[in-house]
Formats: sequence, C-alpha cells, structure tokens
Amino acid sequence: MSPALLEVTDLAVDFGSQPAVRGVDLALRRGETLGIVGESGSGKSVTALAVLGLLPGTAQVRGSVKLEGRELVGLPGRELAGLRGRKVAMVFQDPLSAFTPVYRIGDQIVEAIRIHQKLDKAAARKRAAELLDLVGIPDPARALDAFPHEFSGGMRQRAMIAMAIANDPDILLADEPTTALDVTIQAQVLDVLRTAQRETGAALVLVSHDLGVIAGMADRVAVMYAGRVVETAPVDELFAHPRHPYTLGLIGAVPRLDAEGGPLVPIPGQPPALGSVGPGCPFADRCPLVQDRCRDVEPELTGAGDHLAACVRADELAERRPRPEEVYPVPPLPAADLTPRAEREPVLRVTGLTKTFPVLKGTVFKRRVGSVYAVDGVELDIRRGETLGLVGESGSGKSTTLFELLNLGKPEGGQIELLGQDTAKLDRAGAHRLRGEVQIVFQDPMASLDPRLPIGDVIAEPLLAQGAARELINRRVPELLRQVGLDPAYAARYPHQFSGGQRQRISIARALAVQPRLLVLDEPVSALDVSVQAGVLNLLQQLKAELGLAYLFVSHDLSVIRHLCDRVSVMYLGRTVEAGAAAEVFAQPRHPYTQALLSAVPLPDPPAERARTRVLLPGDPPSPTERRTGCAFRTRCPLYATLDPARQTRCDGESPALEDGVACHHA
Amino acid sequence: MTAVLPLPTAELPIAAGRLRLVTGRLLAAKGVLIGAVTVLLLFLLAFVGPFLTPWDYATPDYLALRQPPSGTHWFGTNGLGQDVFAQTVRGLQKSLVIGLLVALFSTVLAGLVGACAGYFGGWADRGLTFLVDLMLVFPSFLIITIISPRLKGSGWIAFVVLLAAFNWMITARVVRSMTRSLREREFVRAARFMGVHPLRIILRHILPNVASFLITDATVAVGGAVMSEAALSYFGFGVRAPDVSLGTLLAAGTDQAPVFPWLFYFAAGLLVLFVLAVNLIGDGLRDALDPTSGSRP
Repeated sequence: MSPALLEVTDLAVDFGSQPAVRGVDLALRRGETLGIVGESGSGKSVTALAVLGLLPGTAQVRGSVKLEGRELVGLPGRELAGLRGRKVAMVFQDPLSAFTPVYRIGDQIVEAIRIHQKLDKAAARKRAAELLDLVGIPDPARALDAFPHEFSGGMRQRAMIAMAIANDPDILLADEPTTALDVTIQAQVLDVLRTAQRETGAALVLVSHDLGVIAGMADRVAVMYAGRVVETAPVDELFAHPRHPYTLGLIGAVPRLDAEGGPLVPIPGQPPALGSVGPGCPFADRCPLVQDRCRDVEPELTGAGDHLAACVRADELAERRPRPEEVYPVPPLPAADLTPRAEREPVLRVTGLTKTFPVLKGTVFKRRVGSVYAVDGVELDIRRGETLGLVGESGSGKSTTLFELLNLGKPEGGQIELLGQDTAKLDRAGAHRLRGEVQIVFQDPMASLDPRLPIGDVIAEPLLAQGAARELINRRVPELLRQVGLDPAYAARYPHQFSGGQRQRISIARALAVQPRLLVLDEPVSALDVSVQAGVLNLLQQLKAELGLAYLFVSHDLSVIRHLCDRVSVMYLGRTVEAGAAAEVFAQPRHPYTQALLSAVPLPDPPAERARTRVLLPGDPPSPTERRTGCAFRTRCPLYATLDPARQTRCDGESPALEDGVACHHA
Repeated sequence: MTAVLPLPTAELPIAAGRLRLVTGRLLAAKGVLIGAVTVLLLFLLAFVGPFLTPWDYATPDYLALRQPPSGTHWFGTNGLGQDVFAQTVRGLQKSLVIGLLVALFSTVLAGLVGACAGYFGGWADRGLTFLVDLMLVFPSFLIITIISPRLKGSGWIAFVVLLAAFNWMITARVVRSMTRSLREREFVRAARFMGVHPLRIILRHILPNVASFLITDATVAVGGAVMSEAALSYFGFGVRAPDVSLGTLLAAGTDQAPVFPWLFYFAAGLLVLFVLAVNLIGDGLRDALDPTSGSRP
C-alpha cells in the first residue's frame, strides 16, 4: 500500500455547540478516487471544506489533516492559500456563484495560474486556452473573453474544472459537482472530470448524494451518517456486500433504471438533527437490526482489511449478506388494476399543444422582438389508473406544459381534453368543477405550503374551494393525514415543524382531499433525500392502486420514472420526441435522444456501470428562442452525424412528427 | 413510514383551525395582556375621568391661573385657569379613538389595495398604482383644508376618514411589491390551481404573509395619527378650541414645558403610554400570526 497523500484523522468540526463532523478518518492515495456519499446534513461537504480550511470562522476544527505529512489544521491562512489551487483544488457545486460575475472567464483562469506560477500574461493566457480545450469547451480562444453568465451550467462547470486543474494539483475536491446539472450534461462533466484526473494524475475526492455517480467514478467509498463515516470499502465490495445497515438501506432505497417497479426499501424516520446526537449509535432509531447494546456506546469504525464498518453487527451482515428487503420491512403494495389499456377511459389527452412567450425589449414602449417557443407540439395520453412519466431536461418545456394544463383555459395551439371535456370550451362553472378532478403536488415541499397556515387548514383548502360542508372537512382531514402516513393529531401544527418528506406527504394529502382523478406531480421527490424519497414513492404507488388515480409524473430523474411509471413521454425543446409503454421505451429506446438520455443515467451498481457504453451528447440544447426548420435535435444528434447527405437533408428540412410513438425520420 | 399508523379510528378531536390557534397564542402572550389592559384602563380614564372632577375642560377657574398640581386641580391649571386634568381626559377621549381608528382604516385600506394591485397585476395594478401615486403627490393639508369646512356637521368620524385617506399610500406600495413576490410562490399557485377564489387567496394567504409588516406599520401609524391630528388642529381644522385633544394640548404645552411642566408632561406621558400599549399588542399579534416566532401555545 503506497503511503497516503492525504490523511485525515479524527477530524471534528463544531459550529458553535453543534457538532457537524464528529471524528472522521479518511486516507487518500495518489491517483485514486474517493467517493464520499451521504444524505443532507451528514457532514460530507463540511469535511471537504475543512480539508481546504475553507470553513467560516465560526467553525471550530479539531483533529488532523495531513497533506504529504504536513499538518494543515491550524496552518496560518497565508500558507494555506499557497496550497489551495496548487496542491489541492476545489470544484464547487454551483458554478454560477463560484465565478465572479463581473470578470471574464479567461481572466479568472489566468489569475489562478499566475498566483502559483511565474508566467507572463500571454503565456498564462495560452495555457488557459489549452485548459479550456482540454475540458471540451468549443472555440477556447473566444471562450476566454466570455463572462460567466454567457456560459451554460455545464460549460461553467467545465470551466471550473479547467481552473481547478490549472496548477496540476495533487488532489481535486469536487463537492456535488453535477447536482445542479441535467443528466446528459452530468455525463459530459463526469467525463471531463475523468479526463482531468487522467491528465494531471491527481487524486479525486468526489462528494455526492448520488449513489449512481459514486458507483461510476469512485475507487473507494466512504459512507457518512450524522457527521461520521459509518462504512468505507472499495466500491465493488461496498455495493455488493455492505456491512452497515444504513448503507444497505441506501442501496435498497434507490430506484434503479435497470429494475422493474415494486416497493423500494424505505429507511424509517429522519436523520438526526445537528447537535441532537446522544450516546449510542446515531442510526439506532432507524435501524431494523437495532439491539440494546447499540444504544449504550457509539460503535467504532472497525473491520478487517480495507472494508470498515461502524456497526456492532457488521460481521453478521458480512457473513449473511442479506438483500436490503430482507432486513428492512418493505410495505406490501396492493395489486395494480389489470384492466387492458384499451378498455380504460381516457383521463387526459393533449394533442399538438403549443405555447410561446414574447421576448420584449425597450423600457417605456415594449416591443416584441421575438418569441420563446417553450412548448411546441406536446402529445400526452393518460388513462384511468395509469402513471405517465414526463421526462425532459431543464428548458424542455415540462413545467410550461403543466401550467397550460392546469390553467384549464383555451391553449394557444392544440387541444387539451380532460376527462372527455375540451378545456377550450369550458365556461367558468365547468372549469371550477373540473378543478376538483385535477390536483397538483409541487416540487419544493417548503414553498408549496403556506408557512402561516396550520396543516389542517392547508389540507382543507381544496375542499373549501369546492364548497364542501364543514362536517365533511372535519371528517376528511384526519382521514387524509392517516392515509399519507401521518398522525392526525398533527393537524394543528405549522409546516415548518415538519421534515421535507413529511411536508411532501402533506402536499399529497392536500391534493387527495377532493378525490381527484388525475394527480399532477411536478418533480415531487427531487428535493428529498434518497431514504425519504423511497417512502414517498411507495406511498404514491400504494395510493394509486387503492384509489385508481391517474398520475402525470414530471421528473428529470429517469430512474424514478422507470420505477413508478406505466408509460413515459420524452420531451426535447418543447416537443414530444418519444412516447410509449415504459417497459418498451426503457428496454429499447428508439429516438436517439432517448438513447442518449438513458445511457447518461448512472447506475448504482459499479460493475454494470463500468460495462455500459455511453452515448455522450455534444454541446448544450439550443436556445428555444430560435425556431429551426427541420428536426430540433439534429445539432446534437449522434445518428444525424452518421447519415449520408441525402438523408441528412430530410432532417434539415422536415420536422419529424410523432408517429407510432417516436418523432424521428430514421428511427 | 408508509404503513398506516395504528391509531384509533374513532373520535379524534377536530383539529383547531388557524383562528383558534392564533387566538390561543395571542391570549397566552403576556405582552398582549398588559397592552390590552393598559388600553382598556386608558379608555376607562378617558370616559370616567370627567365625572371624577368637578371642573369642566372649558370653564376657567380665574382664581387659579397656571397653578401647579394640587388637591383641587389634580394636574394643575393652564394660563386661562382651565383644569388640566379635565382637559387631558377630554383630549384622551378624542385621541384614543382617532389614533386607533385611523391606524385601523389606513392599514386595512393599504393592505387591500396593495394586495389587489400586486395579486391581479395588469390593468388593476396600473389603475391602483396610479391612484396611489396621485394621492401621494396631492398636498394632503391643502385638500383637508378645502374639504373640512364642508364636513363641519359630520363630526370627528369624518375627520378620521380624512386622516386615514392620506395615510395609507406608502404602506400600500410596500404591500404591493411584497404581494408580487408572494404571488409566484408555489402555495399561492397551488391555491389558484385548486380553484380558490382570488379574494379568498388574498385574505387567506397573501395578507397573513405580509401581516408582520402591516402590524408594525399600524402601530407606528397610531402615534402618527395623534400627532397629525394635532398639526391639523393647530391650523384650526379638526378639533377646535375650546374643545381639546391630546395633540392640541401637546402643541400648546410644548413651549411652556420647561417652566410649567404639568402643561406638557401629563399629556405626553399618556400618549407615550398609549403608543407603548399598542406596540405591545402589535408585537403579540405579530408573534401569534407567525408560527416560526418561537413561543408555542
């Protein structure tokens, strides 16, 4: 075993009296990739920042961080600054706030180079252009003069990586580098990170909550929970035979792209709040394998070889190698309705929906100088008891489509038929009645509940809007709370007293109050941690089977869609490009975009993840303000590039219509 | 978590709605109680006080000019020999009512106009914002001067309406801009998609969420109303001699305060007490409406 490049021993970080990190040991060898995975509040980012000494002054750091034998904790700021960027470089989560908005990208990279290297301006600039070229930014010489806001999110993150490797650091710290990005862009950025690592030979510390990303990138993984590492092992070993119940639960809680639906493994309860960790194992309250001795003393991180776990029953788990569902209680799901699709009545049918927004210019007199074609031909078809997954990257017009549906007005173009009624022909009373049949659950569980309203009133709101009687409301509210797995006595509490997962359950209870037939779910689990998300997804599946609801489930997460949906509809630049039964689309995607999208989703299974071939899409989606002739996807289409000129002409000139579930001339 | 909780299905107490929760929190707050009792005592003093003293607020006692407080004249007398206690309680009657009502009217008006302009947008916004700007540029004193002779017969309530009418515009503008950002929040959107009536959204969601600002503003407006009433009275509108209000007493007593403190400090003390009490009530109300304020019912 080569000596460790970076050695963290017993690192502890307190914010005031609240411990955020409570004794972390990590070792990083030259050239290897260490993945740190954990849910929000587990202390993974704080650990990464503490290594670089980047924590705010209110944090007290104890323990030791040794870089090539040199102690970093307690080093004066000046000396630390000499190491940052040169020895250890950081890639942040949000690339927009990591660049100074008023300086050009090139100047910022040149500055990073010239701080540590004696280069004149021209040479540094040349080096910066090389770096941008290395991370795959087109036309690097011109990109140097661009301002950060002129770059898309993916380009900014690449420029960030270029800046991080500018001084050939020994260690790259990447803190959730792809969390804010779409999956195809995430695949590009991860690829760039691999390139950067290969070129510089640096060791990479990748902090992420996404098990799939970790599985694909890391050599070794450390799982953090409540400010401590609870398990660490080589990546294959960890995913195949976890020895800590928490790791086991996490792996079971992730919906997988390569697996059929069925209940996920929810980890009950919530991660402990900062500072509330008592004696004993912090996971004891959520652990299905808990014993009395767990509550006495916190177990040490021990084990043989390089697979360590902080659990008193780790050996037992190592021996038995149970699957997650053998350890965690998995709720039974009621059987789904098996009526053939053709016999079910349609709930929602959308044909050729379009919506444009004007681009206005001028301060006093606004002139229309163009249009944003946000939605430009969307087709949807949902029947009773069915879940349709609407997939697309940001800017593909998913949300606009939803709002057009929920407005229940006359669409700008196309037709919306809800429960057999054309929304363009509705009068006010009809529209109001129909509102009771369609309800929505929003993404952000904090913003979608009025902070000043007790949740009993929140849940009663749609009933009030439909003019329900007081007695009915008083009966329904406890009933609904119980239905979504909450205590009816909570009705008098305010939203801020609940956790994210519970708030999302409240949102679902509110939506169910008027017994709708269609539930629109706008990214309902993307703000939740994996273990909590599993519980909400199970709840949705259970409610659907019990109540015969139809769901329109909007998500950018294809694994979740795969897990939950019967049918799927893929959008690109405001158009439906592929639609069909989920099993078929996921098994055999026909549109090149769907193929690329699916191959970009990381699998939480290291061998499978390594064995896959990726279709990497070049570039970013084009701006929706230009209306192109022909197929909108052809600028990035891997298929288009391989076609002969005669067939390319067809893509250039003719926009493909959605026929037989796919909108491509050559699929 | 997904499993249905094993709770008795029967007879759960009906959960308290917002009204009950807020009332409960309000009553549990000590400050509110103290404030409310103080305001009540002030009203008591204002309306029972005149019967406790043999002196009338207008009739002079020529045997006691500018006398300091004594057994006969509890708060002393002024230059005309009028009893200051009788004047103060008489003034208190007016000022309590004017202060509270002006603050109430102008806050309600500001809240409604601001929320409607912000929520509906478009032409409603343009129209209401124009009205607000128009009212802001009008010289309010001039208008009141012109209008008040015509209102001679209608008494103090017309005066309250006039004062309130020129006191709400800036608040309304702030409420409008707060509403515009609230309107895009998901809970307001959710309510809209549920088919909740727009006015109901304003009352249920928008106004409670701007309540902290409105309440602070209203408590400031109480003191402001008493003082602007005094300013108007000084020019001969509103409360006219020989009738008095706290404002006119203060205006008359200010320059004599160093030499004849009783002419100033009794009225000033009562005004400060009044504004403080209103502030206590306002703070309590704000905390009661804001569930994150810490104190649990």
